[in-house]
Amino acid sequence: MRHVEVRSGVYRDSVRLMQISAAVSAHPWVENALVAMATSLNLELLGDMGIDKPAGGGPNDLLVAIVTANDDDDAMKLALDLVEIELAGTGTGVSRGSEGTGTGVLPRTTFSTVRSLGGSPLGRSALGSTVALVSTPGRYAFVEAMDALDAGASVMVFSDNVPVEQEIRLKRRATERGLLVMGPDCGTAVIGGVGLGFANVVPPGPVGLVAASGTGAQQVMSLLAGMRAVGISHCLGVGGRDMSAAVGGLSTHAALDALDADPATELIVLIGKPPAAAVAEAVRSHAARLSTPVIVAPLGPGQPDLTAVVGQVLGHFGRSAPEWPFWPPTAPAPWAIGPGGALRGLFSGGTLCTEAMVIAAETLGPIWSNVPLRPEWTLAPRSSPGGHVMVDLGDDEYTVGRPHPMIDFGPRMSLIAAEAADSACRVLLLDVVLGHGAHPDPSAELGPAIRAARAARETPLSVIVSLVGSPHDPQDLIRQAMALQDAGAWSYSSNAAAARHAVRVARGDSPQ
Amino acid sequence: MNTALADLLAGEPHVVAVGAETLSAALADQAAHHLSVDWRPPYPGTEDDLVRVFADPRRLDANAAASARMLAASASLVDVRPAAEVVGLAPGQFCHAGPPVDWSRASGPMQGALIGAMLLEGLASAPEQASRLLAEGRLADGTAIELLPCHDRGGVGPMAGVVSPSMWVLVLRDEVHATTSWCTLNEGLGKVLRYGAYSADVIDRLRWMRDILGPSLAATMRAAGPIDVKALIGQMVQMGDEGHNRNRAGTLMLLRDLMPSLVESSGLSSAEVARVARFIGGNDHFFLNLVMPAAKLQTLAASGLAGSTVVTALARNGTDFGIQVSGTGSSWFTGPAGVVEGLFLGSYGPDDANPDIGDSAITETVGLGGFAMASAPAIVRFVGGSVADAMRTTREMYEITLSENPAYSFPVLDFRGAPTGIDVTRVVRTGILPQINTGIAGRVAGTGQVGAGLVTPPMECFVAALQALAAAAPPLSGPA
Repeated sequence: MRHVEVRSGVYRDSVRLMQISAAVSAHPWVENALVAMATSLNLELLGDMGIDKPAGGGPNDLLVAIVTANDDDDAMKLALDLVEIELAGTGTGVSRGSEGTGTGVLPRTTFSTVRSLGGSPLGRSALGSTVALVSTPGRYAFVEAMDALDAGASVMVFSDNVPVEQEIRLKRRATERGLLVMGPDCGTAVIGGVGLGFANVVPPGPVGLVAASGTGAQQVMSLLAGMRAVGISHCLGVGGRDMSAAVGGLSTHAALDALDADPATELIVLIGKPPAAAVAEAVRSHAARLSTPVIVAPLGPGQPDLTAVVGQVLGHFGRSAPEWPFWPPTAPAPWAIGPGGALRGLFSGGTLCTEAMVIAAETLGPIWSNVPLRPEWTLAPRSSPGGHVMVDLGDDEYTVGRPHPMIDFGPRMSLIAAEAADSACRVLLLDVVLGHGAHPDPSAELGPAIRAARAARETPLSVIVSLVGSPHDPQDLIRQAMALQDAGAWSYSSNAAAARHAVRVARGDSPQ
Repeated sequence: MNTALADLLAGEPHVVAVGAETLSAALADQAAHHLSVDWRPPYPGTEDDLVRVFADPRRLDANAAASARMLAASASLVDVRPAAEVVGLAPGQFCHAGPPVDWSRASGPMQGALIGAMLLEGLASAPEQASRLLAEGRLADGTAIELLPCHDRGGVGPMAGVVSPSMWVLVLRDEVHATTSWCTLNEGLGKVLRYGAYSADVIDRLRWMRDILGPSLAATMRAAGPIDVKALIGQMVQMGDEGHNRNRAGTLMLLRDLMPSLVESSGLSSAEVARVARFIGGNDHFFLNLVMPAAKLQTLAASGLAGSTVVTALARNGTDFGIQVSGTGSSWFTGPAGVVEGLFLGSYGPDDANPDIGDSAITETVGLGGFAMASAPAIVRFVGGSVADAMRTTREMYEITLSENPAYSFPVLDFRGAPTGIDVTRVVRTGILPQINTGIAGRVAGTGQVGAGLVTPPMECFVAALQALAAAAPPLSGPA
């Protein structure tokens, strides 16, 4: 039996709705359940369920579609009851983080929530260390972020799909008010030991990070925390566009000043995607004026990779860089030496993707991508030109109406299968990012997909994973590595090392 | 290096999380101090306008100024004089409640009140003649009949809000901002002009008010001197009044202040003094007509500030609901007046009710009335709710307002101030509409009051106001 309806006035975020859909689908009487906002993308999914699109319905309406295993009214009624229970938040999914202000009415805007923590009604007083974390869909993020600034709080904008002119306006406003805007599209930050967004569990320590990239920061923090147990004072994300000519490094400058004034920070490390030259110059001269030493290490051709930056940091503290851990497959593939072939990278982390492309392009030449190193290497959306390709699945085009690819592996799973079916593809390079906020057990989903991809092949397919995580992360780094080993993949704690291995395979230089 | 940014890194932060629940859960997993916003998307189609308005660099300062001015405004009763003098009304000119409306679109109670006013002014000898002249738009001598919103003349009128030249009005003064507002004298409950009744007893009462009550109050005020209405409102909300549907404590305090001078200086006989005292003391709503102009003074102080998103009027004419917003001056943004949900008097029922009417929602505009329900538990049943509903309503109104008025504080909420300064953007973002307590007028002209209850404005007023604010904002890509 099939059922579909559109409800207005009900909103849940896309991750919560995924959990609700999964919880309802898990019931044995339910064949398939889709509880999602009625975006055009989600409405298209109805076709797969054998359900016609309902009339009306837009991205602010809730779509409920159920397929039960038989034609029993009771089964459908039960399924709809399950939906109600899950929507009410009394089901098996995640509960609300906290219980509001105790007034019986939960605050409904960022401003009123910040205000409920104290401070003057118009945000005229400094509120101390209140920080807002905005992760609404991108088209609503500007208003909530501005609301936080109005209320006197710094803000991390996790949301992507925020236009650059809105970013500039937010950052100018923050500068006027002496606040910091981290983001948009800022995946991670650590402030006073609290991880915001995707956050690895790292010990406190002397290194302050300014990161124009979330996963880049996660790589650096994880490596520092891993083998050499060097901790982090704070990690301030600034958003991938901050050091572009348009934004002009507004947040980078503010973050440098904040860390310079912080007594716990002994060394500042600035990382990010390749910056605009003039902005990089201004940032370097700003950094040179600070009393705290600064390592300025944006990615780019001829620049040190993230792992090398970690080596510099360790050197600053008089320590040598170790051999970073890696885990080979438990059962080596039967083909000892394969011919070369195409390298295909499927990334959830934008900076990890960029770093891998910089490394690969040195040897392999053009790397086609949706986030290309050079404009002429631009990959048309969702196309496959052959040759070496690396895709950032966290880029805006893939994330409208969907959770971040570090949470939702759906798109990547189907791309893995597609690459496996392409005999030109010789090596798959994947990233797996651990920490709070990320997928709770990545290898449980990726392991079987990797196994299936390799099993489906008649020609060799190597799978190499860049496994970014701290030993203290909730997913358990070692257990993840072992599960990926069992699935036949190589795992590297250094993304650069993973990329170099993949390049060797693509050239036909290396076993596996 | 400024303090706010230094504080950011000074210790473990409080995190306010808005959006994805998994990120709140990640904070909970770390045992971090955090609070989640009960967020949902704004009213559909308003996203771009919200961005424009939020990017308007004038908004924050303009709203701060609007809030400060609303809270600073004072309100004293300084005089009682005929509308002809105070409002400058000539024969054939009538003020009315709400946004502009003409005779053909006027509702039953509005038409009834205009008919009654024609009779009172001697411009017609019978209701039928009055009705005909109003429809033609000309008095018998050819003078054009003009209908003017009270708000546009700096005043307010409850229900139909019809004011004619010979009616006496209470004159209130905000000394801080040097402004004046006015409102008619309240006639009492039941069959009264403001509810659209115009029978002989209604007109007789209005004549007595014109000939005896008005002049005697004028004489009394000359002797008594200004009466601090803001202070009385501050007290009444701590005595079970919300200043819209319950004004009993306010009325009695006013009577207390007027009484000595009324006896000494009004020049009335003891029998007439007694009638005046009975009239005022016997009409629990007498003080509503002082709360309303006091509220109007507050919103006048906040009006006309470029970039401000604060609502300066909620008003209904029985056909349309209209709002005015500080940043868009005297423009009205209208939608259809809603149906009031509530309790009905005697045998009246929902079919007898006229849509929402009156300027009295000016009380909600300043945090009284429906916004102050938590402070008026005695009347929650009358407007069809429970005490818990009342508490929740007031708490919810803080979500759409910019400031809290310490002059009007609610004991039951630990003396939290009245939620003041409705922000158009917050209404659109949260979908929470201002809650209004109101009387219900009979649909048919001449009926009078049929009940009381709760109503909200149509969302489209706020969407239209937001659109106008966005159009007036500088372009996003321009200099900040």
